[in-house]
Amino acid sequence: MGVDSFVSWLRDVAGSLHDNAAYLTELDSAIGDADHGANMDRGFQAVVGLLDETSFDSADELLKKAGMTLVSKVGGASGPLYGTFFLRFGTALAGVDLTPETIGKGLHAGVEGVLARGKAELGDKTMYDAWAPALDAYDAAVAGGSELGTALTAAAEAAAKGRDATIPLVARKGRASYLGERSAGHQDPGATSTTLILESAARTLP
Amino acid sequence: MGGMKKLINDPADVVSEALQGMAAAHPDRLRVDLENRIVYRKDAPRPGKVGLISGGGSGHEPMHGGFVGLGMLDAACAGEVFTSPVPDQMMAATKAVDAGAGVLHIVKNYTGDVMNFEMAAELAAADAGTEVLSVVTNDDVAVQDSLYTAGRRGVGVTVLLEKIVGAAAEEGRPLQEVADLAKKVNDNGRSMGMALTSCTVPAAGKPTFELAENEMEVGIGIHGEPGRQRLPLAPARDIAAMLVDPVVSDLPYQQGDSVIAFVNSMGGTPLLELYLMYNEVAQLLDRAGITVARSLVGNYITSLEMAGCSVTLLKADDELVRLWDAPVNTPGLRWGA
Repeated sequence: MGVDSFVSWLRDVAGSLHDNAAYLTELDSAIGDADHGANMDRGFQAVVGLLDETSFDSADELLKKAGMTLVSKVGGASGPLYGTFFLRFGTALAGVDLTPETIGKGLHAGVEGVLARGKAELGDKTMYDAWAPALDAYDAAVAGGSELGTALTAAAEAAAKGRDATIPLVARKGRASYLGERSAGHQDPGATSTTLILESAARTLP
Repeated sequence: MGGMKKLINDPADVVSEALQGMAAAHPDRLRVDLENRIVYRKDAPRPGKVGLISGGGSGHEPMHGGFVGLGMLDAACAGEVFTSPVPDQMMAATKAVDAGAGVLHIVKNYTGDVMNFEMAAELAAADAGTEVLSVVTNDDVAVQDSLYTAGRRGVGVTVLLEKIVGAAAEEGRPLQEVADLAKKVNDNGRSMGMALTSCTVPAAGKPTFELAENEMEVGIGIHGEPGRQRLPLAPARDIAAMLVDPVVSDLPYQQGDSVIAFVNSMGGTPLLELYLMYNEVAQLLDRAGITVARSLVGNYITSLEMAGCSVTLLKADDELVRLWDAPVNTPGLRWGA
């Protein structure tokens, strides 16, 4: 695999977020401010614009530029959070061969960036509730000798479970936290977009 | 629920076309960078003056772009509707208004706003060596239990802070003093808001939440996010008490205190109702022995077309009242100049 796989991934994410923009916004309406779908769609359309006009020699350069684009175009909390994820993921891939192990290290670096920026903990009803089980599942699959595709599929499935598990939670971070108990009973939009991004990775990266 | 009924062309163009309108309406006072979506005071940067920048999602007009001008902000960064602006905008604004005296960022406490302004301050310091201090407003008493939330939201006090701190910066006070004053204003201000109707984000096309004819939402923020409690609709005097009591008991404001009292429309409530509400608020304060030194009544920090209001009190000493009275000339607030 090489940079082309990552280009396919980002294009597929853009398509998936575009198709799900109304759904993400609907989730955000219930416990946030009804902009998550539109913001993610706008950010990834800008990433597609970047892919259309620039060719990249390496995955790390591509991911770093995509991260900066998201920081610049998305706004809200999602911009700094997803932007930081792709920036750190890219930085971790600089100068290394792309293997299930190095990609796993990159994913971990990205999620550590999300945590540093957002200061969320597991169970706060945020995107981290999808990222954390996804990383665990990925690591376990790779440790068991799985191929990249199997590991990413396991990660996406675990993210989806983490996403579903946000429904009963009371939010402790972000705008949903203002609702207190009333945030329970709703699926977290950030955990939902994270799951879409990982499902897309399982489809396109291997 | 019907379709969206708004004076717009395309939902995607709302923010940029409104900024073009501000530029066209106020060429004497403002300069608008349409590319970066920044509203500048026309004569910024002012030599020797601390630069004041704020910004946030659009949909709260006249805040913040309408508060750019003499005696208030030097620049305001506009995000998408209800979405924080991005670090690039804040960095560009920071560099443009820095005249050597440093820059104060006035940030409302929302996760996105705080993260984007933090990134901008880090980048501006690393890039140009500009001295940047920040104040985060968090005056909304509807948000409790702050250990388990993102903290109290920045709402009405932001308007009063931009006016008062703007006057201090205009006097040529140094950055640290301006930042300390900003903190003092925030620490002495409290707010609470309520909604009679929801609002429709143009890109979403339908109301953010549903309220029945006989319901109201108490403890709302300014982004159409639902509040803490849905209650049966009540007379204005009861609603005034629901807003004033938690505000007064929170600081607390006590008998003998002097305040600036601010009754704000969420965007869709007419002044007739707003003055009726102010009357109720004034009576409650009078009964509590709290003196109103100055008042502000109108649409200043809004949530699109939401009907409803918020009440903000700011405990005011002679210094704050003097700075409140100082000349201001912005599209949204003007007196003495």
